[in-house]
Amino acid sequence: MSAITTSLAEYRHQLKSNRWGLWLFFLSEAFMFGGLLTSRFYLWGDTRPPLDQNLGFIVTVVLLLSSFFMNRAETAIAHDDRKNFQLNLIITAVLGIAFLVGVVGFEWQGEVRPTDGAYGAVLYGMTGMHALHVLSGLIFIMIVFFNGRKGHYSAERHWGVEACAVWWHYVDLVWVFFYPALYLMGTVIHP
Amino acid sequence: MKTFFSLGLIRGIVSQLIVTAIGMGITVAVRVAMGLPAWKAEPAAVVGALLGAIGFMFGVGALTDWLKWMKGEETPMRHGPPKDKPAWTRYFTVDYNHKIIGVQYTVTGIALIGIAGSLAMIFRLELSAPGLQFLTADTYNTFMSAHGIVMIGGILLGVAGAMNYLVPLMIGASDMAFPRLNAFGFWVTVPAALLIVSGMVFGGWDTGWTGYPPLSARAPLGIQLFFLGVYFIGLSSILGALNLLVTVARMRAPGMTLFRMPIFVWASVATSLIALTATQLIALSFLMVLVQRLLGMGFFDPNLTPEAVAMGAPPGNPLLFQHLFWFYSHPAVYVFILPGLGIISELLPVFARKPLFGYKWIAMSSLTIALVGFLVWAHHMFTAGMEEYLRLPFSYTTLLVAVPTGVKFFSWVATLWKGRISLETPMLFVLGAISVFLIGGLTGPPNGTVTTDLQLHDTYWIVGHFHATMFGGFVFPFFAAIYYWYPKVTGRMFSETLGKLHFWLMTPSFWVMSLVQQQIGLMGMRRRIADYDPALGIQAQQVAITIAGYIIFASVLVMIYNLVYSYRHGKIAVANPWNSRSPEFQIPSPIPEHSYEQPFLVTGEPYDYGLEGSVYISIKPDIANAPVAAK
Repeated sequence: MSAITTSLAEYRHQLKSNRWGLWLFFLSEAFMFGGLLTSRFYLWGDTRPPLDQNLGFIVTVVLLLSSFFMNRAETAIAHDDRKNFQLNLIITAVLGIAFLVGVVGFEWQGEVRPTDGAYGAVLYGMTGMHALHVLSGLIFIMIVFFNGRKGHYSAERHWGVEACAVWWHYVDLVWVFFYPALYLMGTVIHP
Repeated sequence: MKTFFSLGLIRGIVSQLIVTAIGMGITVAVRVAMGLPAWKAEPAAVVGALLGAIGFMFGVGALTDWLKWMKGEETPMRHGPPKDKPAWTRYFTVDYNHKIIGVQYTVTGIALIGIAGSLAMIFRLELSAPGLQFLTADTYNTFMSAHGIVMIGGILLGVAGAMNYLVPLMIGASDMAFPRLNAFGFWVTVPAALLIVSGMVFGGWDTGWTGYPPLSARAPLGIQLFFLGVYFIGLSSILGALNLLVTVARMRAPGMTLFRMPIFVWASVATSLIALTATQLIALSFLMVLVQRLLGMGFFDPNLTPEAVAMGAPPGNPLLFQHLFWFYSHPAVYVFILPGLGIISELLPVFARKPLFGYKWIAMSSLTIALVGFLVWAHHMFTAGMEEYLRLPFSYTTLLVAVPTGVKFFSWVATLWKGRISLETPMLFVLGAISVFLIGGLTGPPNGTVTTDLQLHDTYWIVGHFHATMFGGFVFPFFAAIYYWYPKVTGRMFSETLGKLHFWLMTPSFWVMSLVQQQIGLMGMRRRIADYDPALGIQAQQVAITIAGYIIFASVLVMIYNLVYSYRHGKIAVANPWNSRSPEFQIPSPIPEHSYEQPFLVTGEPYDYGLEGSVYISIKPDIANAPVAAK
């Protein structure tokens, strides 16, 4: 993106403003995710629902790995290495899709249903809101991928790639907080 | 006619209607595919409304440039005025100039305030006698709820209008940092307002603007449209705040250090910090009720299904909603009043011809109010059954707000002290604001103290207190700002006589309304209800409130007439009618398309009125020879 016709000096001035804007948006979103976390602790207390531990661990590893490849993609375009840039973007997207399949395709088919009291509400609320953000990241990656294939980014001008990468890392970071809150903290009650 | 259909607004509305219908169709199709009965009003309405609002944004053209970027096409950095179209069409179409957007926000804000005020006129008439006269209880509830939320929307738009128009001019920026985001932020409020108003038609809702579950979980369909409307207005608020913070951080003129910014800019920054962050929580809380109704996710539902019991799942809790909701909705009132208080501090020195007393203290007090505002939310819940140990801490933090607010009052009084005061219309409204905000301020601490609040909660006392803070903190300063900057925006002077008439009709009426509301609250009148016991003996007071309310409404009509009439027939305004030092008054009226020909240079303090030889800015600076520190 950032397909605005400008001189390099103007581009760099706007780039700094863009970074400010993106990080302020992260701050804003942090309050929303914080609200969801608060709801989890308010309603679940020191208990948690019976969830598939293996599944939770696997999707977490997959998502964290995807951040590594996203970082490789951004570094590659910063060195004008288009081949590796495109390749790493694809790997990131595949891992992202694998995460979504794990959450929506498997976790959501498990024992806990959305209507199961606070367990269902909070579990589906948190994973659903996070999955929406992962989806937005995947769309973002797709746009960057196709623009990259048209040769739109360079070592000097790749704000679109940077924004996409930082957004992806942010969504990962949120999961780093969500995963323990959903899967690890508290004890499972067996009535 | 062709021009009419090429207006972004019209295309947006048509597109919203079409996409809403498509969204409803998709819902029906999905339900049929899932083997459910084809038609259920609520899912169809929610999906339709959600997609319809997005459809509006496509239709109006607020997404055009971004879509081009996604396809890898380039667009110019600045678009400038549209070619071969009349100038007035800019206001009804997506335009990226912050001054146009500022006017769009302000006019839409006034329109919403007008709608909400009209609703109040209707139910105030109903309340002038006990029993039900001409409204049903449900209609009353819907009108009362809509009055609240439409006012809040209108105030948010008014705040955004003032900030959008003024802040770039005051700091010497060519525009906001993200012009497209700015236009998006305005236009998304239009489908939002349409959703809220259509919510009144499609079922209405009876929860007040607060939408507490469990009542909101079983309210009529209108509440879903209300939730979605608030959601989009909140989005606008967040994006506008983000834009403003980046603009102030990145685009100040050379020499404009933080403590040389006009005080309104400080107030806008404080407001934006709240709007950027806390707004997420009202959006989240409303979204949670929305999905509870739609998908049965029982965040706030204390009842459990047998399966949930078998799993050992804990129940939902309605108190959680109140915590999330008030985490925004208390700071929200600071979003409304901080810019207003900034306008008071901005205008007082101009009309008292004296420096603003304690500039840095005022700047910091705005930030302090914003930050302390994050720690007070549970004072709305003293009677809600919340954990008792939370009462005292929240009582203390609430009373703490009075300290920075007091700083502002003392600064205003000290600024007026021995000033050469002139009483033009803007100044009258500033003084009116101070008097009314004093009423609102002094009636606040009794609500923050637990012991007294247990008595005052949910009475008309709260109505009196709240309306005094809103009028003193927003409405009066907003009107002052409209009169003050009207010549800069339109290039014409308003009628001073009508302006003064507006003031002298509105101010005494408001005093009467507010004080009498508080009095009948103490006598036992409950807030929000359609009926009251004749034995309370408060009918005379109810009539007085109603009459005062109608006079206020009429006075606002006087203002609107004045503004519209003067736009064509007013005296041509000079560049600086109030002899202000502020940068925007140093350039011609109305302000040219690209406000400043070149960045100005800040060399002095903003409010040194009456000090000889003091300079704030030089508009045509000799940058090459400027002192190094000023660069």
